[in-house]
Amino acid sequence: MRFFFKTDYVQDIRLFRDKVDTFWYALLGLAVIALPLVLIALEEDYFIGEITWVFIYGICGLSLMVLVGFTGLVSLGHAAFLGIGAYAHAYFIQHGVPFSGAIVLAIIITTLAGILVGLPALRMTGIYLAIATLAFAIIIQEVFSRWESVTHGFAGMPVEKATVLGFSFEDDTAFYYLCLFFLVLALWLTKNLLRSPTGRAWIAIRDSEIAAQSMGVNLALYKTMAFAYSAGLMGMAGALFAHKIAYLAPDIFTVILSIQLLLLVIVGGLGSLHGAIFGAIFVALLPPTIAILRDYLPEAISRQPGLEAGIFGLILVLVILFEPLGIYGRWMKIKLYFSMFPMYKRATFKRQKSYMKSERLR
Amino acid sequence: MNGLAVGCIYGLVALGFVLIYKATELVNFAQGDLLMLGAFIAYMAVVLWGLDYWVGLVIAVLVMAVFGALLDAVILRRVIGQPQFAVVMLTIGLGAMFRTFASVTWGSEIYTLPTPFSAKVTTLGGVTISHEYVSIIVGTMILCAVLYTFFTHTRLGVAMQAASQNQLAAYYMGIPVKLIFSLIWAISAGVAAVAGILLAPVSLIDINIGFIGLKAFAAAVLGGFGSIPGALTGGIIIGLIELYSGAWLPEGFKDVSAYVVLLLMLAVRPQGLFGALGRKKV
Repeated sequence: MRFFFKTDYVQDIRLFRDKVDTFWYALLGLAVIALPLVLIALEEDYFIGEITWVFIYGICGLSLMVLVGFTGLVSLGHAAFLGIGAYAHAYFIQHGVPFSGAIVLAIIITTLAGILVGLPALRMTGIYLAIATLAFAIIIQEVFSRWESVTHGFAGMPVEKATVLGFSFEDDTAFYYLCLFFLVLALWLTKNLLRSPTGRAWIAIRDSEIAAQSMGVNLALYKTMAFAYSAGLMGMAGALFAHKIAYLAPDIFTVILSIQLLLLVIVGGLGSLHGAIFGAIFVALLPPTIAILRDYLPEAISRQPGLEAGIFGLILVLVILFEPLGIYGRWMKIKLYFSMFPMYKRATFKRQKSYMKSERLR
Repeated sequence: MNGLAVGCIYGLVALGFVLIYKATELVNFAQGDLLMLGAFIAYMAVVLWGLDYWVGLVIAVLVMAVFGALLDAVILRRVIGQPQFAVVMLTIGLGAMFRTFASVTWGSEIYTLPTPFSAKVTTLGGVTISHEYVSIIVGTMILCAVLYTFFTHTRLGVAMQAASQNQLAAYYMGIPVKLIFSLIWAISAGVAAVAGILLAPVSLIDINIGFIGLKAFAAAVLGGFGSIPGALTGGIIIGLIELYSGAWLPEGFKDVSAYVVLLLMLAVRPQGLFGALGRKKV
């Protein structure tokens, strides 16, 4: 077992904990950069596109993780922000704005939308907030289908491939690196924010609003900031999403997608950036896995259109019941098991016995 | 009349939310899917097995009540005390499973449930009234009267009120709180089944009928999440607003009017029309 001694305050705000961690993350980075080359060599090009989805979902996951996992505000309507980002980006691209300008404008617009939703959300907590964001998402979806001069309604809106500063990202491999760049950017920004007073204020709000308020955290300001930042990241993901999917229609950004995004952060593990990435891998790679499994299932079951939703539901139920910390929690347990071997105690992670916490009185 | 009847359905589904929320502080996002299951069971009993409509109704309500109680005893009791949104996600997951179950069992076709009220009308003073809508309104009224009597005039009902007001105190008084919670889930699922059966002649039965639950949220919030008369009033208001916005406002507003009202209500008066807002004291 490795001991970690703190000898300097600077250690607390380092990006990586120590040299060992830095080494492993650098190795991971190299592996991710080399991956498409390996896949091309193996002639499995199909997977490059699937892994690009992991990156896009990873940005979505970071966005929701900041809001749900770190600030404790539940949004059941994040697909709306994704949609706003995607449509705004596609609209500007269509009107001749270059990629970098369009994505910045898309992020600004979604951030403003986030503030707009965040402001009334300040008065709500828990379940009311979830319901309000759900209502917001349904209204926005209706707007997408009715505002035909911008979104082209159900006729759909084609999005051309990305071109940045004259360089075309038409190729899947090139687009892979573009998405990877934005994911790393988002990770770096989020990690930095979380180490700053802002992030600590968010975490304080999550753990106890009253305690945070007593310590001088401006609840209204920080909650709105969390909403704005989360929506902005979602806008960034939306821009990439638009290019990836190449054809926007209002029925992509449904409540089901919002729920899938929440599933992502829960399965990944709430309250950790690793969790967002684990969850993204899970959500992006599960549909292809189900598609492969369909071949082995009996005809009557495998041909059902709702099968995917049902499997997602089942996994959600199982995770909440048996592994509330998600994949990241399981990862931690396995890591601790080996580092403590043979002294691992199951009780380390045992859920504390909790009586019902009333949310009626706030 | 039309809006009133649809509003009654919203009210009934909202009633299901409120019963569970009041008692256990869990919000059941699968309420709409319970409604769907109830309607399908009634369809199976009446059409496939050829039973009488009333027998089918009783069977559906009983089956759903047992199902609701089991759901609580097996799954939902484990998550009490966990963060509220874990429970929300749990019920969303359950709802998705119910829909898949229904699509595997009954297929994704659209069914009609024949009832004694189907396609009958009465003309009263020049106004044509369809029996289906009357059945919904009368059914809702009867159900509410029964529930009201149950909660105020029976030992069990009073015990339920006690358990939902203060679990610990109720437990000290010798009330079996766990059992009571299961029973409340049973009642809630039973109410959902009744709502599904009443709705069946108006809107046909298919696996997506449960999305009506989303609009019932608007009703529950409007009435104050946790007030039983509020849920019904909220449902009726939402039903009427939907009807009139469909008639007077441009196309597209009908579908979102319920949610616009919901957002406005949350922004202006989050505690709802009938709710009381408490503040935690430290």
